[in-house]
Amino acid sequence: MPSENLKMPASSAWLAPERILEVQSLRKYFPIRKGFIKKTVGQVKSVDGINFHLDAGETLGLVGESGCGKTTTARCILRALKPSEGKIQFRKSDGSLTDVASLEEKEMRLLRTDMQMIFQDPFASLNPRMNILDLIGEPMLVNGLKNRKERTEKVADLLKMVGLRPEYMQRFPHAFSGGQRQRIVIARALSLNPRLIVADEPVSALDVSVQAQVLNLMLELQESLKLTYLFVAHDLSVVKHISDRIAVMYVGKIVESAPTNSLFNEPKHPYTAALLSAVPVADPRIRSKMTPLEGDVPSPASPPQGCHFHPRCPHASERCSMEEPKMEEVEPLHYVSCHHYQEIQLSGIE
Amino acid sequence: MRIETEPLLSIRNLRTIFDLDEGSVKAVDGVSFDVFPQRVLGIVGESGCGKSVTIKSILRLIEPPGKISEGEIWFHLENQKEGRSNRLDLAQLDSKGKKMRSIRGNEIALIPQEPMAAFSPVHTIGNQLIESVQLHQSLSKDQAFNIAVERLNEVGIPNPLEAMNRYSWELSGGLRQRAMIGMALTCNPSLLIADEPTTAIDVTTQAQVLNLIRDIQQKNQMAIIFITHDLGIIAQLADDVIVMYLGQVMEKGPVDEIFHNPLHPYSKALLKSIPGIKTKNRSKLPTIEGSIPHPFNRPKGCPFYQRCDDAIPGTCNQVPPNLFPVTEKQHVSCFKYHEKTDAL
Amino acid sequence: MNSESTNSSVEEVFQPAPMDSEKKMDSNKVPQEEPEAIEVAPNWKLVWWRFKKHRLAVISGWILIIIALIALFPDFFSTQNPHKSSAMKSFIPVQGIHFFHEQGIFPHAYQLKGKRNRTTLKMEWVANESRIIPLSFWVEGYDYKIFGLISSNIHFLGVSDPKSRKTFHLLGTDRLGRDQLSRLIHGTRVSLSIGLVAVFLSIFLGILLGGISGYYGGWADLIIQRLIEILQSLPPIPIWMALTASLPRDWTVEQTYFAITIILSLLGWTTLGREVRGRFLSMREEDFIMAAHLAGCSQMRIIFRHMLPTFTSHIIATSTLAIPVMIINETFLSFLGLGMRPPAISWGVLLQEAQNLQSIALAPWLLLPGLAVIITVLTLNILGDGLRDAADPYS
Repeated sequence: MPSENLKMPASSAWLAPERILEVQSLRKYFPIRKGFIKKTVGQVKSVDGINFHLDAGETLGLVGESGCGKTTTARCILRALKPSEGKIQFRKSDGSLTDVASLEEKEMRLLRTDMQMIFQDPFASLNPRMNILDLIGEPMLVNGLKNRKERTEKVADLLKMVGLRPEYMQRFPHAFSGGQRQRIVIARALSLNPRLIVADEPVSALDVSVQAQVLNLMLELQESLKLTYLFVAHDLSVVKHISDRIAVMYVGKIVESAPTNSLFNEPKHPYTAALLSAVPVADPRIRSKMTPLEGDVPSPASPPQGCHFHPRCPHASERCSMEEPKMEEVEPLHYVSCHHYQEIQLSGIE
Repeated sequence: MRIETEPLLSIRNLRTIFDLDEGSVKAVDGVSFDVFPQRVLGIVGESGCGKSVTIKSILRLIEPPGKISEGEIWFHLENQKEGRSNRLDLAQLDSKGKKMRSIRGNEIALIPQEPMAAFSPVHTIGNQLIESVQLHQSLSKDQAFNIAVERLNEVGIPNPLEAMNRYSWELSGGLRQRAMIGMALTCNPSLLIADEPTTAIDVTTQAQVLNLIRDIQQKNQMAIIFITHDLGIIAQLADDVIVMYLGQVMEKGPVDEIFHNPLHPYSKALLKSIPGIKTKNRSKLPTIEGSIPHPFNRPKGCPFYQRCDDAIPGTCNQVPPNLFPVTEKQHVSCFKYHEKTDAL
Repeated sequence: MNSESTNSSVEEVFQPAPMDSEKKMDSNKVPQEEPEAIEVAPNWKLVWWRFKKHRLAVISGWILIIIALIALFPDFFSTQNPHKSSAMKSFIPVQGIHFFHEQGIFPHAYQLKGKRNRTTLKMEWVANESRIIPLSFWVEGYDYKIFGLISSNIHFLGVSDPKSRKTFHLLGTDRLGRDQLSRLIHGTRVSLSIGLVAVFLSIFLGILLGGISGYYGGWADLIIQRLIEILQSLPPIPIWMALTASLPRDWTVEQTYFAITIILSLLGWTTLGREVRGRFLSMREEDFIMAAHLAGCSQMRIIFRHMLPTFTSHIIATSTLAIPVMIINETFLSFLGLGMRPPAISWGVLLQEAQNLQSIALAPWLLLPGLAVIITVLTLNILGDGLRDAADPYS
């Protein structure tokens, strides 16, 4: 479990030994270009200064609505996108730290064996022209395992690990259902023995009864292979089920982050509370008159001034419209970014 | 207690098939249920269960190579002028004929899944709402305009007068869906069909839209058929529920019974396998083994046989069971609750 | 969003699922061991199966195979040396071939007697049904070399008696007495191959420049796109006329041939280039491309192993549809005297002979090369349509 290291230092070249990832002031801006010669007229502040950490073996859920920046964050961690600013300290397998954000592409390729991604759409993340053997074997091939027989054996092992028959490696993706394809995607991600897996909405596109199978599989694999997960999703029930800690994002910022039970039972940020109350409870005997949040989610191209949430917040004050709140630690590992968290009473789920 | 009234919509033994090159797909395979006035019926099921095809059949929107091969769709029409009401079998009407067109959009309205795709991008919202009004009521353009503005106001769109001149792509997802609901309401339908209207929008926006639907249902006293795979929405919105699987109804009953006393093995397993806001953190979810069979490979007998923990070989894989009343309010299609002979 | 429950078409809803389930073995439930052919079928097989369902396209394919055979062995199928002229035999009309005779069933033609018309000074021909010229298949005729290497003198059809002085003109002769059938067959080779080669060059240029444009973006993209726009806005006919008119008159047939193909493809690559660029741009965002990147694949591998194969079928389909355009362009240029020139033989060159009204009025069979163009273009278009539908059924 996490150490007594409560305060996050502003910049650290040292992390507690079990800390595998530390993100500091991460920003990713996309330029808005217009005109014949594509002049930059503005920025989409997709990720606007976030901090979080991941300890080895735990699952951090990253949750939020459209435009909050969770997918962009996930892609920055893996350097599929180059961050505009900030540090992403990653602990390599030899124990040393490296800043993923500032690496050259060549150096990053060496790190790829340590961190992999599971994608949302099982129909788009597998090349339809390659058979399963080639798909799962490719990461191993490009990372040095040239021997075909060895690769085939390893692919067979991986398929068994995710609950599929090894004979399936002859088949092509179009022969499989969504749930099975997602298992293949997981097998591919595991082929390089990564320590960190970033899952970007891995079950959102699956049927409800299949979601449970894939979630169970991910939990099992985490235990047996000692994996660390960054689990990005918009479905709160799913995130609650699989995460040790959860960070809630809104228009590019993390508004609250806490251990799962604390977040759900004692939320400290009004947005978190609104999010929790907006999820329809699967029990007809609990029919609350939902007083939903007013307004729409703002676009990250033109976020409101001050606290991004203030136009929709029932507890907003003048200060909120002018000054951005800072992230503060309310309890061990429970962080909130709100000017008024001490005064307001919020209810979670019972 | 429910007052015994005539159902507004009665589906009896509906079968819709698609004749494809590879074979015949029985998308809807013997579905029967009732929708009562001013009550919300939730249809829940996963992909391939036939829920979308069912409502398209009700609205007679099935195009070749699909067709309704069997069954009746009795719809109760109020005839204001003559002060009486009569029943009409929609399955017998010409799908492109005048009678069906006067029902579609007028008596029965649809809120589709993707509001962006359902609005024309080259006409203003106002234009489309006015068109909807004038199609079914002989009113002048000004009168239609006023009705349209009123509807936009009812669904909570700020500045409705201004919104009339907007195009659908200028609105946010939530506002678009509200405008779509407004358009569905223009002619005061007695039955509103909502086809997964919140799948494409955010959770907080979804809460707004669901609230809105609840409100207008009370105000306009409409019956609603709500299709979704989200059991939370069903629990919060529906009065009655039917659970569908591979084109057939597995169980139907009031919402409380379905959630607290599910009888069909599929309903039971489905409810248990979904992570709810109350499930224990990081516990193993009970799952339904296997995956949904391909409709070209319909198993003989009960469609759920291959994945059912309680299956009885020799019975369940021979003949499909039928919906049979098991408790006072619940009907279940399962041989655990009735004999093979009852199915005939 | 649940991508499995979109409801636009049944085919999209029902993705093929495997035949067996993951459930533990039960004696009552026997899963299939052999995978269905469709599950282990690579993409090209799926495309092929889909294509076979298109009957018209398959028939067109067969017709084109026949045309291609003829184009590959033109001398074998010709009856006469196409360059041999004879003033005494000018403007013989379509002689036709007959099979039924009182003496039995065998191919033969009627002898012709020619007479010079005193007013028009043109030769006029009358068929004499009592005097026949027997014909056979697989006869000896004039000498030629297959592909310029192997000598032979066997022809598909010709006068039975190789020593006979009689000649047979199935499709008649032209002004100089040259056999039209043989010329048509030789013209097929040139016209068809120009179309093919020009398309190959266009594909090469299109993929190269379109790929660079789409993959790298930025300045390269900007420049190449503007270039494409400029090229597409130029009127092609004046450009071609200028370019071909500037070809030296003393160039050999072969040199002119290559020059024409290059000229045609210089303007023809732009459409494909745009499409390839569009595909590359959209494909960069695809999840499986990102997955390959995250697995550590090099850029080269991503381009050649992942991106290109996904639109090979599309390129094949588009190219098949581009060939008839090239054929028509060449025919048209040669018809105007700007492309291939005599002694080269192409359909356009042949049609040049039919350029004046007199010829058409007196010898309408000289327009037959036009029919060849029509048939070839039609079948190529139908084939290309069929390929495109098979490659991309949902677009």
